[in-house]
Amino acid sequence: MKKLKELAQKKNGAGFWSGVYQALPIVLGYIPVGFAYGVLAQKSGLGLFNTVAMSVIVFAGSAQLIGAGLFGAAASPFTLILTTFVVNLRHLLMSAALAPKLRGWKKWQIALFGYELTDETFALHTMRMARRTPQKSQTFAVNITAQSSWVFGSLIGYLAGGQITDVRPVGLDFALPAMFIALLVPQVVQPVYLMMAILSGGLSVALYLLGFSQSHVIIATMVAATIGVGVEQWMKNSSS
Amino acid sequence: MDEKLVFLTICGMGVVTYLPRLLPMLLLSDRRLSPWIARWLSFVPATVLAALLAPGLLCRDGVFTLEWDNVFLLAAIPTFLVAWRFKSFFGTVATGMGLVALGRFFFS
Repeated sequence: MKKLKELAQKKNGAGFWSGVYQALPIVLGYIPVGFAYGVLAQKSGLGLFNTVAMSVIVFAGSAQLIGAGLFGAAASPFTLILTTFVVNLRHLLMSAALAPKLRGWKKWQIALFGYELTDETFALHTMRMARRTPQKSQTFAVNITAQSSWVFGSLIGYLAGGQITDVRPVGLDFALPAMFIALLVPQVVQPVYLMMAILSGGLSVALYLLGFSQSHVIIATMVAATIGVGVEQWMKNSSS
Repeated sequence: MDEKLVFLTICGMGVVTYLPRLLPMLLLSDRRLSPWIARWLSFVPATVLAALLAPGLLCRDGVFTLEWDNVFLLAAIPTFLVAWRFKSFFGTVATGMGLVALGRFFFS
C-alpha cells in the first residue's frame, strides 16, 4: 500500500493511481460486504455466474443483499425488480447533487460515471469535487477500483460459501458505517448542516422502525433538505 | 427459477438501478440550476449520509437499541471524534473497525 501511495504521488497525485489510492477505504468496506453478499447468494441457491453478474450489472450493496434473500425465498421477478427500484431510488438525489460538478462532460462519460454511482462513491466524489475539479481518469479510477473490489468480494464470498459464514468477529461489518461517519463529518460545514444531518438521521430511524424499511433514506433526506433550505432562508432573513 | 430467468431478472434490476443513477446527472449537468434547487441539493450529501448511517447505529433487527451492549453505537462515538479531529478517511474506518472488534472481544 505504501508503494501505491508513492506511485500516486509520483503521478502528481492527479492521475489514475491516485484514484485507486483514494478508493482504498471503499475497498476496505466493499470486500467484506461483497463477501457477505456472496455467501448469502450461494446459500440462496444462486449460481456462480448470476451471483457475480448481479455485482457487475446492479452494483448496489443493500439492494443485492435484499435481492439475494428474495431469490432464496422464490420471489417473483416482478417483486425483485420493484423492490430493487424502491431501494435504489435514493440515487436519484445523489445523481442530481453531483450534476453541477459534471459540467462540460460528454454524454457517454456521464453514462459511464453514473453506472458506478453508489452511496460510497457518491460521498467520496462529493468530497473530492468540492474543492477542485479532479482529472477524469482519477475519477474513473475511483469507480473502477470500488466496483472491482465489490465483484471480487462477491466472488470469494460465493466460493467460501459454506465454510465461512460470520465476518463479525473482526469488526468487518462496521466498515460501511465507519465509512459513512468518515464521509459525513467533512460535509458538516455549517451549524445548519449539522442540525439537518441529525434531523435526517432521526427521521430515517423513525421511518425505518415504522416499517418504511426500503424508502426511509430517500424520504428522510428529502424532508431534511427541504427544512434545511427553509431554516437557512429564515436565518438569513432574521440576521439582515 | 431457472438460471436464465434469474439472469433476466438481474438485468431488469440493473435497468431500474441505472436509470435513477443516470438521468438526473445526464439532464442537469449542462443546465444552470435555480439557486433554490442548488441550495436544496447542497444539503443532500450530509442528510443522505446521516439517513443511511443512523438506523445501523441505533437499531438491531428492526428494534430501537440504546443499550450498553450496542457495540456499533459505542464505537461510533470515538469514530466520530477521530473523523472530526484528524480528518483521515482511512484512519477513521480503521479505528471504527478496530473498536468494534475490541468491543466484541470484551463484551461477548
